[in-house]
This record gives sequence, structure tokens and C-alpha cells, in this order.
Amino acid sequence: MQKKTLTRLLSVFLFVVSFNMTAEVTTEGEGSKDLKTEIKEYISHHLLDSYDFNLYSHDDENGEHQYIGFPLPVIIYDDGLKVFSSSKLKHDKGVAEVDGNYYKSYHGKLYKTNAAGELTYDEDHHPEGRIHADFSITKNVFTILVVSLLIFLMFSNMAKHYKKGPMPKGFGRALEPIILYIRNDIAIPNIGEKKYKRYMPYLLTVFFFVWIINLLGLTPLGINVTNNIAVTLGLALITYLLTTFTANKNYWKHVFWMPGVPWPMKIILAPIELLGTIIKPFSLMIRLYANITAGHIVLMSIIGLMFIFENWLGSSLSFLLAFALSLLELLVAALQAYIFTMLSALYFGAAVEEHHDAH
Amino acid sequence: MTIPSIVGAGLIVIGAGLGIGKIGGSAMDAIARQPEASGKIQTAMLIAAALIEGIGFAALFAA
Amino acid sequence: MDKLINEFSFGLFFWMLLIFILLVILLRKFAWKPILEAIETREDGIKGALDSAEKAKLEMLNLQSDNEKLLQEARAERESMMKEAREIKSKMVSDAKEEAQAEANKIIANAQIAIESEKKAAVAELKDQVASLSLEIATKVVKDELSNSDKQLKLVKDLLNDATLN
Repeated sequence: MQKKTLTRLLSVFLFVVSFNMTAEVTTEGEGSKDLKTEIKEYISHHLLDSYDFNLYSHDDENGEHQYIGFPLPVIIYDDGLKVFSSSKLKHDKGVAEVDGNYYKSYHGKLYKTNAAGELTYDEDHHPEGRIHADFSITKNVFTILVVSLLIFLMFSNMAKHYKKGPMPKGFGRALEPIILYIRNDIAIPNIGEKKYKRYMPYLLTVFFFVWIINLLGLTPLGINVTNNIAVTLGLALITYLLTTFTANKNYWKHVFWMPGVPWPMKIILAPIELLGTIIKPFSLMIRLYANITAGHIVLMSIIGLMFIFENWLGSSLSFLLAFALSLLELLVAALQAYIFTMLSALYFGAAVEEHHDAH
Repeated sequence: MTIPSIVGAGLIVIGAGLGIGKIGGSAMDAIARQPEASGKIQTAMLIAAALIEGIGFAALFAA
Repeated sequence: MDKLINEFSFGLFFWMLLIFILLVILLRKFAWKPILEAIETREDGIKGALDSAEKAKLEMLNLQSDNEKLLQEARAERESMMKEAREIKSKMVSDAKEEAQAEANKIIANAQIAIESEKKAAVAELKDQVASLSLEIATKVVKDELSNSDKQLKLVKDLLNDATLN
């Protein structure tokens, strides 16, 4: 009985939702083809970093495009340090004039232009004049900062509760099992009882950082941090450096002079193993980046499909699919954080392993 | 994207999918045979799947 | 790959590394260390409590068996004491009986001896008295009847000897 009413309510809800969405599109879009390119552009724009923090945009009554959000500082080193507000860039549309130089943002990157703001392209259709020494607080940097602050507050607060008593309070009760899981099921089995303590701060931080930032990417805030290769490279690089600098003699012996194999094999194995030390963090980087990027593209494409199907059946179906995919992405967000932590622990474990059976 | 690279990407996805599927299937078998070792099997399964996935992604980006 | 390299933003990479390393260092000092230490001390505490509980249980068991043993010993001792007492009692009774018997026997024997000697004395006295009486009687009789006193006395004596008294 209850189930029946629930199904009925759900179908009514879906119908209303799909109806509303098609209605929205018909007033907004002028044609199916334009809509498709618009969605494509929107997705590719969403995947990029931007110089201001903007939640959404809409056309107001006067037909002007309005952005809801706030500007962030742009910091570049180009003939001296230059700092200016990203509001000058006017969302890729304007040209910022700073100390006689002109800058323009294009697809989330800053370029030096002439006074008119015209970009020149090379033969590969890449715009020229890219500013490489760009230390701007972009949307992603801002998000990283906010998430870091959040994590710090969350866990330092949790640590304070431990001073008062043996049990955490409030939200810490939900976090403690995760910390214990990382310690008991990731760190100790992979690194070993003796040496795991040294790596615990990194493993815990990387797990919660990646997890929370992945989850944040699933919110409608339009933030997408882990699909930047720079972010995943930063994380993978730390894993690589930690592995390399804490590795013991045994590890290097396995890399350069594999014990237990005949000497011609040792010579062949050495470059492969050496390459392997770099491939491991590289695959860490690519995995996180690709999973999150692919997830976002697929999810947004299916959400976009809702606006392309202009009937209630197709749109509600794509809504259901998008809903299911969002749930899957929730799992992927945690799974990627887990795999990153797990594989980092595995690499650390290999680096500090004491005795190894010849294989 | 050119047609050969698209075909290559398809082949990569098929290969990686088959590999991960096989790992998953074998892990299921192993868990069914020894349910008490499911934790260890899951860990090994995830690691193996992650490695294949890594190779798959690397090839996809190269394609 | 080309797209990846093109997309790479050095600024983001720089900030990412800086913020993340700072985060790890800060969290290590202010969060992970106290949290992990607290968890460890708690686990140690729980382990210690469990161990001591186990120990107490064992001790309790020991104590119980000790008690049992003590009780058994006490019971055995009581048993043996009772037995001893019973033995002593029966011995005392039998001893007393024996003693009494002996005393009685002795008294009886003494009495018999006394009776015997009294009897003997009485018999001797009786013999004497009988003899003297008979003599007196005989004298009186003989005085009256016989002249020859010697002959008469001899006859009486023979007669008396014939009539033995028990």
C-alpha cells in the first residue's frame, strides 16, 4: 500500500520535473543544434579552472549575462609581480590592463595580448602568449584552500575531544572508524607493524583530502578540483618523493640489481624497474585524474541529454540515469580516495620492506 | 580524434574491461570458496584492477 | 597527452603542493598525532583492562579451588577427629568395662577367699566346740553310765572321727 503510493508520487514528481525542464529549454534554446554545442561548451568549461568563483550565470531582463559569484586575485610574474582582481578579466570577455600590459583569460588560462585583447594563434590553433608564471588564486586553488581549512578544523577539533576523554564526540564518532580503517586495513598490512607510523599523517591526509574534494565535485557548486592534472600530479609527486627518500637499501637493490635472477636478466630488469618507480606514481596521477574527469563528462552529458530530449519520457529516463550515475560517482569518489591511499601505502611498504623472498 | 585512435581507444577499453571483469570474477570465486579471506582477496582484487585501469588510462591518453 | 600538457597549470600545481604539504604538517602536529595517540592509549587501556580481567578471573578460579581444598581439608580433619573421638570413647568404655570386671572379679575372689577362710575357721571352731561339747556330753553320759572313763573316751573319739563333718 505504502509502496504503491510512493511509486505514484515518484512518477508524478518525475513527470513534473521532466515537464519543467523541457519547458525551460524551449524558452531558452533556439534550436537543438545550438543547444548541443552549448552543452558541449558548458561541459568543457566546467572541466576547466577559472579565475573567479562563480556558481552560475543567467540572462537578466535586459538580455545581459549575469554571473553569480565573486572574483579572486590574479597573481602573475610577468616583468615583475603583478596582482589584480579577476573582475578585470570580465569572465574571458574583457582585457585587463595592468602597468601597461594587457592580459586576457581564455579557456581558463591567462594570455598576454595587445590592447584590443586579440589573441594570436600558432599553427596548432593554440593561442600564443601564455603566462606560465601564473600563481593566481584560481577557483581550484581557492577550493583547495577552503577544503584544507575545513579538514584542519574538523580534525583538530576532533583531536581536542580526545584530550577530554577516550571517546570522540559528535562527528568525530563517524570519522574515527575511517581513521581506524586506514590504520588497520591500509597502513599496517601494506607497510608493516613497525614502520607504518611514519606514513600515517600523509595517508590519512591524502585520503580525506581526495575524498572530500571528490565529493565537493559532485555538489552543484560546479567545483572540480581532482580533474586537474596539476592537482593529481602534486599528490602523486609527494607519494613518489616519500617513497624515494624513505626507501631503504633493500628497495634500491631490488631496483638496480634484482637478487635471485641470473645476471643478464639483472641488466635487463634494472631499467624496467627504474621506469617502474616512475610509472607507479604516474599511474596514480592518471587514474585519479581520468576517473574524475570521465565521471564528470558522462554525468554532465547525461544531464545535458535531459535538455536535448524534449519529451517527458526521454528526459525522465535520462534523469533516472543521471541519478543512478550520481550514486555511482559517490562510490567512485570514495573508491578513488581509497585506491590512492592504498596504492601509496603499497609503494611505501615496498620501499621499507626489510627482507624479501627471491622471486 | 581520428578514426584509428578511436578504434584503438575502443580496443583498449575492451581489453581493460575484460581484464577487470576477469579479476572480479576470479575474486568472487575465491571469496565464495574462502569467505573468511574476503578482506585480503578484496584488497588484492582492487590493487590488480587499479593496475590494469592505470595501464588502460595511460593507453587511452596516448591514443 | 597533448591536451594534458596544454592543460597543465603551473600555478595550480605550486599552490596545491604548498597547501597540501602545509596541511599534512599541520594536521600531523595538531590532529593525527593526538588522535592516533589517544586511540592507541585507549586500545592499550582496553587491552590492559581485558588482561587484568582475565587475570582476576584466573585468580578467582584459583581462590575458589583453594577454598574448595581448604573446605575438603577441614571436612577430612573433622572426619578424622570424629573418628578418633569415637575410638577414644569406645576404648574408654571398654577400658572401664574391663576395669570394672577386673575389680569385680577381684572383689569376688577376695570375698571367696574370705568366705573360705571364715568357713575354715568356723568349721575348726565348730569341730572344737563339737569336740568339747561331745566331750562334756560324753563325760556327763559316761559319768552316769560308765565307770571306765578311758575306755569310754576312746570310743567317743572313734565315733566322732567316723562322723566326718563335710
